[in-house]
Amino acid sequence: MAGNVKRKVIGDSHRKSQRGTEESPVVKWVLISIALAFCLVFLLLPLANVFAQAFGQGIKAYLAALTDPDSLAAMRLTLLVAAISVPLNVIFGVCAAWAIAKFNFRGKSLLITLIDLPFSVSPVVAGLMFVVLFGTNGFFGEWLQDHPLHLFGREYAIKIIFAIPGIVLATMFVTFPFVARELIPVMQATGTEQEQAALTLGASGWTTFWHVTLPSVKWGLVYGIILCNARAMGEFGAVSVVSGHIIGQTETMPLRIQGLYEGGTAASGSAAFAVASLLALLALVTLGVKTFLEWQQAREYELAQQALAPVRQDPVFQKPEDFR
Amino acid sequence: MATRKFNALPGFGLTMGVTVFFLTVMVLIPFAGLVVRACGLNWHEFWMLATNARALDAYKLTFGASFFAAIANVIFGTLLAWVLVRYEFPGRRFIDAMVDFPFALPTAVAGLTLANMFAVNGWLGKYLVPLGLKVAFTPLGIVVALTFVGMPFVVRTLQPVLEHLEREVEEAAATLGAGRMRTFVSVIAPTLLPSILTGFALAFARAIGEYGSVVFISSNLRGNEIAPFLIMLRLEQYDYTGAIALAVVLLVFSFVLLAIINVLEQWASRFQS
Repeated sequence: MAGNVKRKVIGDSHRKSQRGTEESPVVKWVLISIALAFCLVFLLLPLANVFAQAFGQGIKAYLAALTDPDSLAAMRLTLLVAAISVPLNVIFGVCAAWAIAKFNFRGKSLLITLIDLPFSVSPVVAGLMFVVLFGTNGFFGEWLQDHPLHLFGREYAIKIIFAIPGIVLATMFVTFPFVARELIPVMQATGTEQEQAALTLGASGWTTFWHVTLPSVKWGLVYGIILCNARAMGEFGAVSVVSGHIIGQTETMPLRIQGLYEGGTAASGSAAFAVASLLALLALVTLGVKTFLEWQQAREYELAQQALAPVRQDPVFQKPEDFR
Repeated sequence: MATRKFNALPGFGLTMGVTVFFLTVMVLIPFAGLVVRACGLNWHEFWMLATNARALDAYKLTFGASFFAAIANVIFGTLLAWVLVRYEFPGRRFIDAMVDFPFALPTAVAGLTLANMFAVNGWLGKYLVPLGLKVAFTPLGIVVALTFVGMPFVVRTLQPVLEHLEREVEEAAATLGAGRMRTFVSVIAPTLLPSILTGFALAFARAIGEYGSVVFISSNLRGNEIAPFLIMLRLEQYDYTGAIALAVVLLVFSFVLLAIINVLEQWASRFQS
């Protein structure tokens, strides 16, 4: 996904090739109009509609909907779930990328396939997997029921399904590949020479990672984190299966939206849109950061290309060939 | 890679250990649990649960709606990718950035706003419903939601291929007397075909598993139930074996599609440089 960087070249060939390789202006503008109409109906109207409906009953109703205790509880839960699952996925993603990008070992492509696996599983099926493990009839469900946690002389029942741990697990599953997937190609592209040099100069492994590797992959990492976070906060299907929909306790923001939508009244409808407007805003911010990062990356790539112009065959800037 | 002959980098054991641990706990054990439970069903029981009339209706709707949504994505996605790469027009960069919007927007929000737009008094519904075109709470609505969700796939698969397409080949075709249409059909389209098919398969695979956006815009009554919704319904009735049987069918289809996508991507990569 990262790296649409070759726009410049296209722009140049645009100017010189007018001879029979371009459509007539009529065809061109008809095609552009159809494409824009499609974008209007499928991208811009749905987005504008979220905010129009959210503010449809006035700003007071909007604020009242957002400060409703149950909606606030949903926001807190969504933030909590993201705050747990995103950092854990970052730890996993950085480790996986380091092992996969910097070392050769057998079974690497199998490992990459397994990491990507959650992307091809329906979110509902993902949720079901955790119900099978931790539900009352599940593999570990009964054991957990019989073994409450003893802490400070009190008994705590460990609940996973229909409770917050299940929501965290389901969220982690669906967001599992994000960070690793963005980091692996970036880390492969930078090669290992710089790290080897740092180690030769006496830096420890940790110092090398912190001062050499991390700075060179920081944009890829940020990219992975924001995508992971957007999905974690917005996940619906998998969370819906394991949550139990207890209002004010196990409802995340997307589930709260569904609850309000099914409430059926005009007020609950626009309250659903009020909560939805926050998630739409999150999506816009995510897109903005993503676009900025791609722009940043394209610029750095261009600068590197200019610096390397006389020695083009430098292996550092070869494309990573064994990813996927 | 050429630089790997001697590797003094530390941390392989640690990072590999963490990776395998996370993978086992988060992915392999959950998968194994589902598979073991599915194997616990006897074949006859599994077949009855996975192929009863209601399940078959759900598959038909899921695959049918996903197919039409993927077709719509191919048509509009190819057009959009073409327009974004080849033409200069006001707002091009903005549209280019917005193509990923369906990926960034939570599916629940997508379903909510689309259902509202196409409802009787919605922005589009108030013009479409009097014309007899009912979208919200019909199978057509499901196609619309799935089209929204799968939109970026075809565009993002095609864009790099279009950018690297050599203009010289088109010039040669023009020199040899081919019209623009002829050049597109016999020169450009064959080169794009593998990528278009990859985009189709990606959008189709995504649509089959989609739940969040559909559940809002579908009436979810008999005949409007997609397979993931039926799994949810079985779970709510505490019919775990029923849910597992349906889930296994969906998983098998996902994996077959994944394999097809891998083959298509390899085929497509042969066309690039």
